[in-house]
Amino acid sequence: MTSVLFMMWLRQLKRYWRSKPRMIGSLGQPLLFLLALGFGFGPIFEKAGGGSYIQFIAPGIIAMSILFSAMFSGIEVIWDRQFGFLKETLVAPVPRWKIMLGRVLGGASVACMQGLIVFAVCLLIGFRPTDLAGIPLSFVFMFLIAMFFTALGTAIASLLEDMQAFPLIMNFLVMPVFFLSGALFPIEGLSGIIKTVTLLDPLSYGVDGLRASLTGISHIGLVADFLVMLVLTLVTLAVGARIFSRIQI
Amino acid sequence: MNLSPIIEVKDLVRKFNSFVAVDSVSFEVNRGEIFAFLGPNGAGKTTTIKMLTTLLDPTSGIIRVNGFDSSEKDEIRSSFGIVFQDPSLDDELTAYENMEFHGALYGVEKAELVPKIDSLLVLVDLHARRNDLVKTFSGGMKRRLEIARALIHAPQILFLDEPTIGLDPQTRNHMWNYVKNLNQSRGMTVFFTTHYMEEAERVSGRVAVIDRGKIITVGTPQEIRESTSSGSLEEAFLKLTGHSIREEEASAAEGMRMQRRMWGR
Ligand SMILES: Nc1ncnc2c1ncn2[C@@H]1O[C@H](COP(=O)(O)OP(=O)(O)O)[C@@H](O)[C@H]1O
Ligand SMILES: [Mg+2]
Repeated sequence: MTSVLFMMWLRQLKRYWRSKPRMIGSLGQPLLFLLALGFGFGPIFEKAGGGSYIQFIAPGIIAMSILFSAMFSGIEVIWDRQFGFLKETLVAPVPRWKIMLGRVLGGASVACMQGLIVFAVCLLIGFRPTDLAGIPLSFVFMFLIAMFFTALGTAIASLLEDMQAFPLIMNFLVMPVFFLSGALFPIEGLSGIIKTVTLLDPLSYGVDGLRASLTGISHIGLVADFLVMLVLTLVTLAVGARIFSRIQI
Repeated sequence: MNLSPIIEVKDLVRKFNSFVAVDSVSFEVNRGEIFAFLGPNGAGKTTTIKMLTTLLDPTSGIIRVNGFDSSEKDEIRSSFGIVFQDPSLDDELTAYENMEFHGALYGVEKAELVPKIDSLLVLVDLHARRNDLVKTFSGGMKRRLEIARALIHAPQILFLDEPTIGLDPQTRNHMWNYVKNLNQSRGMTVFFTTHYMEEAERVSGRVAVIDRGKIITVGTPQEIRESTSSGSLEEAFLKLTGHSIREEEASAAEGMRMQRRMWGR
């Protein structure tokens, strides 16, 4: 028997691979940020003594592309409901947590590929990881970010019946999570409430971990980053699987 | 051989807010039977099937499928196969991949799966298109693929929710011959809904007529014809459910339109 997890995973990858416009389209935003901020805002950042801005934001932009792609993959549950395919998986004699986990693994793999493509682009425009040994560690963080947000997107989408809430999720969840994460600015310099908000943002830990492994600069600490992301991912998977299991059609 | 009914439904109720879609329905389906659920649009057929197949929780009432209580969802799910009324294929996968995916979900061995898929695709006349993406298929082709898919694993109960809508008579014939063959050779129980009365009359052992969420009568086609002194099941059906298009039907159609608008279709 071919594993259900594997089939769910493979399906996500096939859909991704066959949808070139989506693949290219979802690279647009990270690239825009990279170029506009890197070349537009960079000189100011560097004048202020922050060091190379490309070095600083590259991990943040990689995290961004993973965040967007992962949330999008999670939200795909609503599409599957709309186009009817969800029913096919929900009546199957397979524990629903397995269906959910397979979906999340597939969506997270797709998000990681997006992250790797953006990583490659960053290298092209001058980003240099300071320690090659950190690269495998950065993959771990990419995967954790991808798993966490795909699971989160899946959990949220399992509660929704249609796409009407989609702009709401983008504007009031994904965008704030990105902008308040320390992807674009150092957490260190922040004060008071903004710093607190930043430390409540899960992506801050992912970005910090990614930045630490690629450039050696960390504001939170690599071990804390890893543990927070790991625990958040496991909890979200568990809660998400419960919510997914209760879907009614 | 287990002689107790394979499907037992008692006082089943499903409400949507205050609207009662299924209103205290009770019936039994015997093992190995071909059982038809007949009723006008919005009668509650699909809602009943969703509850029998674990997709929707009842508001109240008792369901037993294959001896399992409605809380034993995994056990119930391994007891049946289903062709849904609405589309349920992955448009971004090929016909073959949709079949393969189903085989994996139902744990069919690879050695058995490949020839099975091939023969079923031949049965529904889609073998030449097996490597095409489903989104390039017409409505009728998608329907045929869904029927083929439901037959990959050999379920104890097969649910068919208006399976033959949009199919030409040839395909309809093929499908029913295949299903009846499975019914006779393996004792597979079939529970189906249809709008084609002659189809119900021809293939089913017993028929339940449901209207406005309530079961009006259950019996063999012959019994129903005789009790209403009708020449055909169609005539009996119209006598039992009325000739006029009623408000319920209009509101059900409107409900569907609204849902479609919500999906942006
Ligand atoms: N999710 C839902 N929300 C509200 N009303 C529903 C829902 N599903 C079905 N209904 C209503 O329940 C009634 C029965 O629907 P259904 O079971 O699909 O009928 P049938 O399959 O016999 O045509 C219809 O009036 C329909 O509009
Ligand atoms: Mg129906």
